[in-house]
Parts: sequence; structure tokens; C-alpha cells
Amino acid sequence: MTADTLIILLYIVVLSGFIGFELISKIPPTLHTPLLSATNAIAGVTIVGALLASGAMGWSVSKMLGIAALFLATINVVSGYVVTDRMLQMFKKKK
Amino acid sequence: MEATLIIFIHIAYLVAAILFIVGIKLLGKAPTARKGNGLSMLAMLIAIVATLAYQQVLSYTEIAITVLLASSIGVFAGRKVAMTAMPEMIALLNGFGGLASAFVSMSQYWRLTQETNQGIPAVMGITVALSVLIGAVTFSGSMVAFGKLRGIINGRAVVFAGQHLMNGLLLIGAVVLSVFMIVDAASSVWVISMLALALLLGILAVIPIGGADMPVVIALLNSYTGVAAAATGFVLENQVLIITGALVGTAGLILTQIMCKAMNRSLKNVVLGGFGQTASTAEDESGDIVIKEVGVEESAMLFDAVSSVIIVPGYGMAVAQAQHIVRELSEQLEKRGISVKFAIHPVAGRMPGHMNVLLAEANIPYDKLVEMERINDEFAQTDIALIIGANDVVNPAAKTNPSSPIFGMPVLDVEKAQTVIVCKRSMNAGYAGIENELFGYPNCLMLFGDAKATITEVVGELKGMD
Repeated sequence: MTADTLIILLYIVVLSGFIGFELISKIPPTLHTPLLSATNAIAGVTIVGALLASGAMGWSVSKMLGIAALFLATINVVSGYVVTDRMLQMFKKKK
Repeated sequence: MEATLIIFIHIAYLVAAILFIVGIKLLGKAPTARKGNGLSMLAMLIAIVATLAYQQVLSYTEIAITVLLASSIGVFAGRKVAMTAMPEMIALLNGFGGLASAFVSMSQYWRLTQETNQGIPAVMGITVALSVLIGAVTFSGSMVAFGKLRGIINGRAVVFAGQHLMNGLLLIGAVVLSVFMIVDAASSVWVISMLALALLLGILAVIPIGGADMPVVIALLNSYTGVAAAATGFVLENQVLIITGALVGTAGLILTQIMCKAMNRSLKNVVLGGFGQTASTAEDESGDIVIKEVGVEESAMLFDAVSSVIIVPGYGMAVAQAQHIVRELSEQLEKRGISVKFAIHPVAGRMPGHMNVLLAEANIPYDKLVEMERINDEFAQTDIALIIGANDVVNPAAKTNPSSPIFGMPVLDVEKAQTVIVCKRSMNAGYAGIENELFGYPNCLMLFGDAKATITEVVGELKGMD
């Protein structure tokens, strides 16, 4: 990784942090549990890394680690979204 | 050809990042929240499909089998889990996400240092170490939190002498190991030791934190999974990982702060642990509380004669599965022209916003649920405050008794209501292990019994009066 790339990536992480701060601080307490489970599913984005790590042909330690990561990350993502949707479906206004 | 493909992949990542951000924004309002979650799913799908287009990704069979298997487990678990078990579920998923990030970084490290003998650049080495450390701490910490919430592990704070010193030494050890990971990359022992050390640290870090503080821990661990994902993004130089990881990292941090404020604790105080240990000393002084009991019939008559009721639900209500009958009670009362509101303490339940979900599940419209700050002034004009399975969040000791462990914690001012009815199984202390002096107040009536059975009887009495 060159110094330039590192700096750009650092910019990205800092700016995204600010966006996160702006987005989340406005969310009402009513939605905190679905928010936690949704962000939990979103953190499963590491599945992208897991796909890259498990992409090689043949078998090696690095690939096995990748497959294990893929397995865990997929459960994280799928379960997180399913459960969030289930919760949000229940939130209804008075008719 | 390959260069164009990579540009397309990056554009897809950009689109995914935008959709993630818009998705989280929509999640912030109840009417659009479901759509927001949908957008976020779409973003994830785009990121996954784009990644599959990378030419280095070849093993589609293995990937397909793993994803299919994990997805079916994921869908099954997500559909079946009870709403009361949501904190455990999220703790478990946090752990999985954290470990996945640690494995991805370890895989990259292993490929470079063990399989292709390229060695590892210092910056990448640092990010691998960070990602393994945070990911593994998140995993083992989440497993302990899961165990505590499930009751597999003792929910009380486990403290021993030299605990913080030991955690500090482990952290220093982690720094030393990461140096060796980079300098002596040919040897695989360092990265494996790092993983083991981080797993141990995660256990030791959560063990001293008492069950009552678990909402904070869950929010904090959620933040860690985001940080771990972002660190993995640095290892792979993958922007979509960095952006989403940072979003989740700050989201968890803000929720953690909100939780701490709601319990009047500093994050440091929560993380260092030991809370929920002092229960026995608090019990001695309040042993002579004189309480007044009230029966089902009498309660129903009380309700029949008033014009406003505020219901304060606690986790005890959810444990007794009394949400549905509580909804019926509120409908019965409203039929009589009585105004009914629900007062929701920010830490009611076992995680942030948990009570709202539990009541939503019972079809109680969310506009009836009022946050603490907005409802506290209303208790003085309310005829009956009905407390069902809540304890610590209505304890006036938080305002009056400086020696109480929860002194300073914002609580619901239920005692200002004309009459307070407490529906409770027994005189046992709450989750935090603290006695409640409210039960001895002159305007407080105790309605003992299982919440579901008791409220069912009250509803029956009310129906009988028609």
C-alpha cells in the first residue's frame, strides 16, 4: 500500500464516520433495536472480503479461513436482515 | 478488458455505498424504516455480485455451497428467534461478524507470508493485527455476553484482583505480537498467538460487566464489528468495507453513548465493570418496607373509575409473555374513554429500544409509546400508573438516595401519579439487584402474581362490569 492510497483510505474512513454520526444521532429511541440489528447485518459486509479470500482454486489454509469467514459472514448478513425486516413489519401506527 | 472490469466493480461498490447510506437514513423514521432496510439489502447484494466478478474469484462451487448452507441457517434463525431473545441474537451475530473479519485478514496474511512468501508491508501488517485483535475480541466478548443474557454464564459481574492490570498487560502483549507479526512474518506462530490472546482478552473484558449493563455492551460490540470490518477494508484496500465499517462503527458508538446517558454511567465505568455487585448492602437498610397489597377485583374497580392510565412495561412483562393481554387491557380501558399511554424508559428491556419491539409485536401502535422525557411531566396529572414487570427504571432511590448504586440514573416519575399499581411476581429485587423503596410509598399498591395471569384476571373483571 502506498502512502497516497493510505491517506485516501484514511479520508474515506473519517468522512464515513462523520456521515454515520449525522445519520444515527437523529434516530428516535423507538427504532434503536431494529437499527442495531440492521447495522449488525451491514457490518456483515465483510462478506465481500470473505468472497475474495475464498475465491482461489484448490485448497489452502488461506482459503479455508476464507470459507469459514464466508460462512460466518453470510449467517450474519442474512439473519440480521431477516430479523430486522421481521421487527419493522410489526411497527404500525394506530388505524 | 480487466481494467474496465475493475472500474465497473468500483462503480458498483460506489452505488452500494450510496444505497447503504440512504438505507440507514430511511431506517431513522418509522414509516420508511422497512424500505431503508430493503435498500440496505439491495446494497449488500450489489456489493456481493460485484465482488464475484473479480477475476481472482474462481471457486464458485465452494462459495455457492457455503453461502447456501449459511443462508438457510440465517433465514431459519432470523424467522424463528423470539423477540424477547433479540439481544442474544444480536450478540451472537455480532460475534460471527467480528470473527469473519478476523479470518479474512488472517487469510490475507497467511496467503502473503506462508503460501507465497512475499512478506508483509508494515502498514498492511498493522491493519491485519488490528483487524484480528478487534474481530476476535468482538467474537469472544459477544459469546460471553450471549452466555450472560441466556443465563448460561452467571449474569453477575465477575471481578477479581488485578483484573484491569491483566487486561492492560494483554493489550501490551497484543502490540508486541503485532510487531513480531510484521518483522518475523515467515513464522506463523505470531499471528496464531495474536488470535488466541485476543480471544482471551474478549472474555476477560466482558466477564466483569454485570447483566444490567448488557445493553451497553451489545451496542459497543456492534460498534467493534464495524471497526473490525473497516480494518479488514484497509487490509484488502476495499473502499466499500471501509465506508460501511466506519458507518456501523460510529452508529454503535452513538448508541452506546445514549445507553450510558440513560443509566447515568460513564462508558469507562461500564467497561471497567463490577456493577451489580453491591446488591447485598443495599438490601439491609430497606428491610422494613411496609407494603399494601391489592387484589384483582379491587384493581379492576380502580381502573373503572379513572380517566387516565399510564402503563410502564418492563422486561418482566415480556418474560411472562403478557404483552398481548396488556394490549387487551389497554383496549378495554380505551373503550371506557380512559386515556392510555405507555411510558418507555430508554433501557426498558435488555437492549436499546427493545421494549418498543416487544410491544409492537403485540400490535400496540407505536404512537402510543411515549419516551421518558416526554411523559415524565404527565404522571402528576395521571390517575393510575400501572407498572408491569419493571423495577429499576421506576426506583425513586435514583433521585433521593445518594448511596444507592443507581443514584443519578434518569427514572420514570411514577410516584407522582395519584395511585401506583405494581404488578410483580414477588418482592425480589430487579435485574440490577437493588431494592425499590417505591413499594413502600403510601400511594403504591402491590398486585402480586404472574403478570399474564393477573392482567388476564383484571381484564376479565373489567369485561364482567359491562
